Amino acid sequence: MPDVDPSWYLGLAAVLFLIGATGMLTRRNALIMFMSVELMLNAVNLTFVAAGRAYGNLDGQLAVFFVLVVAAAEVVVGLAIIVAVFQKRVSANVDLLSELKG
Amino acid sequence: MEAVLFMIFGVVAVVGALSVILAKNPVYAALGLMATMFALAVFYVINLAHLVAAVQVIVYAGAVMTLFLFVIMLIGVDRAEDTTETIRYQRPLAVGVGLAIVGLGIAAVVSDEWSWTPLAPAGAVAPNGTMQAVAEQLFSSWAVPFEAVSLLLVVASIGAITLAYYLPSRRRKEDSDA
Repeated sequence: MPDVDPSWYLGLAAVLFLIGATGMLTRRNALIMFMSVELMLNAVNLTFVAAGRAYGNLDGQLAVFFVLVVAAAEVVVGLAIIVAVFQKRVSANVDLLSELKG
Repeated sequence: MEAVLFMIFGVVAVVGALSVILAKNPVYAALGLMATMFALAVFYVINLAHLVAAVQVIVYAGAVMTLFLFVIMLIGVDRAEDTTETIRYQRPLAVGVGLAIVGLGIAAVVSDEWSWTPLAPAGAVAPNGTMQAVAEQLFSSWAVPFEAVSLLLVVASIGAITLAYYLPSRRRKEDSDA
């Protein structure tokens, strides 16, 4: 078996990020779109850790903590918005939310 | 050994990620995302990011996904997704562009020409992300971002309470009470 180069993790993270981006563009359920965003954030975290290992630097792992906190804050507010919209609209479909359309 | 683990958990991560975007039922999507997060925790351990791996399991796979499942239960799961295209050809285009960029990423990994490791200093030693090492960095050179993030968390929790508590139905009731 070949040795695992840190760029392998970079490639895997790219694949995960693009699966998340594709989900964000193709799905209409607000919850699934949120999960796609989480997937993209996780992919970036993997990149940070792999890069920190390649560069012999702990800063990559510290950046992951900040991404994690921002992701948690985003999920809390985002899910509260989804619940509030659902109370009014009884649907998680983002296409129905067009009041702010110019 | 590392290559074997990479293969196994790489497949788990990608299958979990695909089930997030392909599953009709949001519960299955959430479970797929959870599988991906556990697989990533394994990769963190392999890369000596021990504390990050623990936090990944506790915060992401534990707290965040539980929150997702609660909201899925709250707003119901059996509603079929509306697949009408507001923007024409959006979905085929998104899938096509996604596949093209994934191909590009894989090409970048396979070809030695685009490898990014030569950029790293020669003889770089992988840092051991123990709790002590991470905490020393966090409370010295990363202290200001740490404080900023604590402010962000307070703002986010106040925002969530405001959004969830002051619902339109409750506001009407309070108006009529007054």
